[in-house]
Amino acid sequence: MKKRVRVIERDDVVVKFAGDSGDGIQLTGAQFSDTSAFIGNDLATFPDYPAEIRAPQGTVAGVSGFQVRIGHKEIQSPGDQADVLVAMNPAALKANMNWVKPGATIIVDISSFDSRHYKRAEYVEDPLGDGSLDEYNVVRAPITEMTRDVVKRFGLDLKTADRTKNQFVAGILFWLFNRDLKIGENFLRDRFRNNPKLVEANIEVLRAGYNYAETVEAIESTYRVKPAEKGPGYYRNINGNTAIAWGLLAAAEKSGCKLYLGSYPITPASEILQELVKTKNLGTIAFQAEDEIAGVCSAIGASFAGCLGVSTTSGPGLSLKSEGIGLAVITELPLVVVDVQRGGPSTGLPTKTEQSDLLQALYGRHGESPCVVLASSTPANCFDFAYEAARLAIEHMTPVILLSDGYLANGSELWHIPEISELPKIKVPRIKDNDPSFKPYNRDPETLSRFWAVPGQEGLRHHIGGLEKADVTGEISYDPFNHEIMTLLRRDKLDKVVYYIPRQEVIGQPEGDLLVIGWGGTFGALYTAVQEMQEEGHSISLVQLNYINPLPYNIPDILGRFKNIVVCELNLGQLATYLRSKLPHFHYLQFNKVQGLPFLISELKHKFEEILGFSGS
Amino acid sequence: MENYSKTTAKDFKMDNDVRWCPGCGCHAVLSAMQKVLPETGIKKENIVFVSGIGCSSRFPYYINTYGFHGLHGRGAAIATGIKLANPGLSVWLVTGDGDSMAIGGNHFIHLLRRNLDINILLINNKIYGLTKGQFSPTTPKGSITKTSPSGTIASPFLPGELAMGAQGNFFARVVDNDLEMMQKVFIAAASHKGTSLVEVLQNCVIFNDAVHSEITSKELRDENQIYLEHGKSMLFGKNKEKGLIQDDSRLKAVTIGQNGIKKEDILIHNAVDREDTKHYMLVRMMLPENPIAMGVIRSCEAYTYEDTYYQQIEASRNKSTVGNVNDLFMSGNIFKLENHNGN
Repeated sequence: MKKRVRVIERDDVVVKFAGDSGDGIQLTGAQFSDTSAFIGNDLATFPDYPAEIRAPQGTVAGVSGFQVRIGHKEIQSPGDQADVLVAMNPAALKANMNWVKPGATIIVDISSFDSRHYKRAEYVEDPLGDGSLDEYNVVRAPITEMTRDVVKRFGLDLKTADRTKNQFVAGILFWLFNRDLKIGENFLRDRFRNNPKLVEANIEVLRAGYNYAETVEAIESTYRVKPAEKGPGYYRNINGNTAIAWGLLAAAEKSGCKLYLGSYPITPASEILQELVKTKNLGTIAFQAEDEIAGVCSAIGASFAGCLGVSTTSGPGLSLKSEGIGLAVITELPLVVVDVQRGGPSTGLPTKTEQSDLLQALYGRHGESPCVVLASSTPANCFDFAYEAARLAIEHMTPVILLSDGYLANGSELWHIPEISELPKIKVPRIKDNDPSFKPYNRDPETLSRFWAVPGQEGLRHHIGGLEKADVTGEISYDPFNHEIMTLLRRDKLDKVVYYIPRQEVIGQPEGDLLVIGWGGTFGALYTAVQEMQEEGHSISLVQLNYINPLPYNIPDILGRFKNIVVCELNLGQLATYLRSKLPHFHYLQFNKVQGLPFLISELKHKFEEILGFSGS
Repeated sequence: MENYSKTTAKDFKMDNDVRWCPGCGCHAVLSAMQKVLPETGIKKENIVFVSGIGCSSRFPYYINTYGFHGLHGRGAAIATGIKLANPGLSVWLVTGDGDSMAIGGNHFIHLLRRNLDINILLINNKIYGLTKGQFSPTTPKGSITKTSPSGTIASPFLPGELAMGAQGNFFARVVDNDLEMMQKVFIAAASHKGTSLVEVLQNCVIFNDAVHSEITSKELRDENQIYLEHGKSMLFGKNKEKGLIQDDSRLKAVTIGQNGIKKEDILIHNAVDREDTKHYMLVRMMLPENPIAMGVIRSCEAYTYEDTYYQQIEASRNKSTVGNVNDLFMSGNIFKLENHNGN
């Protein structure tokens, strides 16, 4: 007789997939996220993988993970701890035991829980037999074994056969979450569209996993998460890197400037280049250069010739591009540089997230060379800020550095597809052929930006370059007073950008006991922590900065309305340092973390409670 | 060939002061270029001169076209962006032996490998001039300079060898004191489709004076230079009484009439041969055994990077159903939420 299975309605559920880096963990995670998005759940994902392509099998160092939180309400963070953990081997179990909730469902591939695997994972005893998991609902599924049985008739080699075992896991989860199997089958048909045999094999395995979960009676409850309460419209699941690529494409189309990307592959930014080389049909020039320097210099050349010049990179690449960015500052050409930050310095933690390039973006160039600095704060708003970076670069004839990070780049969430017609206009400061008033360094009195004359235009021939230019005429000038005038003009031009960016919003009450300040990719965790504490009755608000240079004009006003200010960053205090120099009359507390990992909601709340406790409220 | 009759060398002159040292070879290069540009028939609005850093890299300021004075070594990358952005432009890169052989070596080889239709003038004075006299990657071995008081240690680069090793399809060499030679070769470079490299043996009067004098001086040049032309015999000497023959695996200078050498024995220059062995031999010829090869040594046709790129764009446009960003955003896995959802 079949056991009655409880269906639990949940506002949100966190699922973590973990296994060897070759186990197809990222694919299973992506598939689960996509089907969740398809049925309308809000979601946030956090892939976490080792730097090595195929790290030593079965070791804790080689564990690849993918965490996804799906929900009925607004989801801003992939969550601290999992409700469901899928562990493909003992190492995956070991690496994640601190990150599961009490009473969580843990699905293990029992086929790989043998003494050889325990040893690799440096377990002394069988973790399934030593009582350490008694508090959890452990499902011992013979995933590898059953998968091999199912695919036997397809005559696949062992390696290919074993790769399909992630679909067994997917099948279990489809059942666990009361999902329609057809959605998963369609995903596989699309994924392996060039190989019908693989489609069939994977679908068989998916169904086998589903049937296994239904019959095994090991699972006491299943989950149902209702579709999210989002506004009407079209949606899709999007990650930060794709969103950046698409934001740039939208800005190019809207401005009428051809998009030129000059980039060099680097983790975790390569996907932006990979996405844009696929858009030749939209006229994109995406150029894989010989190095980071050539990437940015070719983008500057393309901007000179009238394109929207862009270069995408990560921290080490931003260092190499510094001189080039300085050239764009003095030639006053539009340039967008995207830095998808990772753990540093040097090669550091290439696949892990960090926010330690802020001061480099603000100040990491020789000479007085100010740039606009923006930061995106969710995977989906990477679209908005890539667009915004392009708008500001073009309208103000300046380099703009957009900071994203590894967490946003690989993480994904639901994205409300915008109407192109509703995106902000981009005013391109081009000048007409033979305009008698043209001088290379004549400026628009409102923005102080110069005008954009491009090769091929008649009657506008001019020379630009890295030597200091005479005000207005743009001829080479070594005059000391002219250099000071030009330096001040370049600074003032940047300062004027403040009139073209929105005011800063406060999440929560506009005054109170504690103001939390964050920037960029920490938004999800900070928002969730602050919101939970607001619900618990604390006087706490959040300011998440997206515009860092210049800062929105109302920042001092906001800061003055709170008793305490804490700046939370995944670095040792770079924004705090910047705020202290810009707005020195406020006192800034700090909360910092540099573990290559996002903030946990729990550690943030702990810190905030501590501050509120000390301040006596 | 629009506006062919309309422009003259004067149209390409600027009214600013040319600030190279008196007697610097760059003056002659500039003058030759100003004479050549009207002959290319290209509108001056469609010409861009790009440079890196160094004495020769001041070139764009002195020529009345669009110009971009870039970063040290990075001119090739800037020029690449300009050409890819707008293939209709005629792009010249003016660079030096420090700029392209040292700090910009990587960009230099990759520009040649990609074969964008960009013309490079590599002005080689075998020394750093702007920084006042340090050795460069083309400085002869053993040279005493400000940074090699005991003589340079490493072997110099031969730009032509480097260019061909990097899959270059056009290489020519000229001297800065032969205006006519420069003009002929610059025109050949301009009309070559693909990256063309012209090495100009240029004299730095201040820091490396007379470095090329064995090749360029009035007394020695007929004996020590051989000017190569495609399809013609490889002859040199005051009365063209000397020539080159192949002797085993090397080229050998001979005198017609001596040791039974007849005019028919002299090699005929084939610049368009894809097989580059002989081009390497010509580039490597050294005094005193052989004269120094001048003129267009190699000139082969090949697809340019930008033509292929734009063909890929065209093909991709014809094939794709995604014609704008809205189509892109609405492609693949999307779903619609109504006003009140849930179950």
